[in-house]
Amino acid sequence: MNRLISLSLIAAPVAVGSAWLGMSSSTPWSAHERETIASLSLAQLAPLPRDPSNRVTDDTAAQALGKRRFFDERLSGNGKVSCATCHMPQRDFQDGTALAHGVGTTNRRTMPIAGTAHSPCMFWDGRKDSQWSQALGPFESGVVHGGDRTQYVRHIADAYRGPYERVFGNLPDLTGVPSHAGPNADGPARAAWLSMSEGKRDSITRVFADMGKAIAAFERTIAFDTTRFDRYVATELARRTHSAADSLSPDEESGLRLFVGKADCVNCHNGPRFTDDHFHNTGVAVSRVVAGMDSGRASGAARVTTDEFNCLSLYSDAKRDECGELQFAVTEGAELLRAFKTPSLRNVTERAPFMHAGQIVTIDDVLAHYDRAPKAPFGKSELKPLRLSETERRQIAAFLRTLTAPPLIKGERTP
Amino acid sequence: MKRIAIALALALNFAGCMMFMKPPAAPEAYERTQTSAAQLYRASFTPAESIKVGKLHKWHIQILTADGTPVDSARVIIDGGMPQHGHGLPTKPRITAHLGDGRHVVEGMKFNMNGWWVVKLLVSGERGSDVVTFNLKL
Repeated sequence: MNRLISLSLIAAPVAVGSAWLGMSSSTPWSAHERETIASLSLAQLAPLPRDPSNRVTDDTAAQALGKRRFFDERLSGNGKVSCATCHMPQRDFQDGTALAHGVGTTNRRTMPIAGTAHSPCMFWDGRKDSQWSQALGPFESGVVHGGDRTQYVRHIADAYRGPYERVFGNLPDLTGVPSHAGPNADGPARAAWLSMSEGKRDSITRVFADMGKAIAAFERTIAFDTTRFDRYVATELARRTHSAADSLSPDEESGLRLFVGKADCVNCHNGPRFTDDHFHNTGVAVSRVVAGMDSGRASGAARVTTDEFNCLSLYSDAKRDECGELQFAVTEGAELLRAFKTPSLRNVTERAPFMHAGQIVTIDDVLAHYDRAPKAPFGKSELKPLRLSETERRQIAAFLRTLTAPPLIKGERTP
Repeated sequence: MKRIAIALALALNFAGCMMFMKPPAAPEAYERTQTSAAQLYRASFTPAESIKVGKLHKWHIQILTADGTPVDSARVIIDGGMPQHGHGLPTKPRITAHLGDGRHVVEGMKFNMNGWWVVKLLVSGERGSDVVTFNLKL
């Protein structure tokens, strides 16, 4: 009897220890694990939510117009930059570089587009609260498209008058409108903007906002495709036998078990898009090439609440009570400092380098970062050391590779 | 020999437990009616719809004094977070309507991940200031 007690006491930690080492890849999923894994499947993705701030989201003519503008390099200061310059369709609508390059270089990593119509916040700091509002930001950035508001509206009148007016109604009279003027421009173009009447500025801004709404209508059609992981989940939940197309290797399965278990990845990377649409300080180092300190959500929260094109703005089509995310946003507090948006993990291993300024080059180093949980350069990191083995980190990386499938445009594969 | 085996077993077991210790432990009770810390108030909540992770939603709350008098005009601040993760609520909910009989509408509730959440009502009324704490398991 005493011997039995001794053995059972020894066996308890040893059994936990072997699971800890991630060696039990063929272990059946527990009910809780099955529920969690099911919640990550693309099959669980809700239908596209409507965007009350954009009345043309489901208008096919707006989608076609938005698609043309998305690829139009003339919508830039130097005639060489389109949305697709950084959001490359063949690369999951991102560019594979640490910092985005338009007419200059930005201070952030390009984010992919698929699934963003489901998200209430855009950019790494959430400084925009809709796809259409997001689309407008880079146009007036001096380092991305590098143009100005009247230049874009004039181009719309010249190149898109018919398609524009069929979707949005008549363009305003542009007589006397300066060739280059905008509220976010520098020098003479800003002065020219300020010299325009308030009514004229408003009519120009309305067309500029419409440009974003058409681009958003197109971007809504960019969606995630089913991955091997999704097929694995469907088969697993149906308790069918796996085929090569819907199975995970023992390492991938162990990685999934760690992802939803010991490694706690699923806390933030939750739901079918693998993101909680929120902001976290995860102790990511300051970029060596970006000047200044990036405060992340602390600055993004301040910016979105006063943004010219937010849900509550003049140019939004939403009613006040349809802007809950903005009205109830946390706008101050230490937690916002150096917090960045949780990115989706779908296609993540195809889009190195990682983090908001591409600070980490390989997925293995990303996992080592989360395992180590370093102190934040400023603010407070939410991470705690995970004490993963090298094998476990490799297994999680193997699992992440099963989340790969090029995005779809209107249900069609991208080129 | 037997004593050494038992001591070794206990030591290993203790080491095993230590390895996986996670402060603080989630509570056992998740009742939707709670008494405040200093027992000045009693409050209850009812979500207006089933709570889904990541979805903004409303709550209906009712606040009474310890003797059952409805609290209609107190100042109420809503706070909370995940004690095991060390972060707060992802939104800043607030009371947006008073329905009488101590009942109020709270808008802007949201939980962005599964697990143990705490929601606190900081009630400042005629009877004084006190905190009602609810535990939720998502």
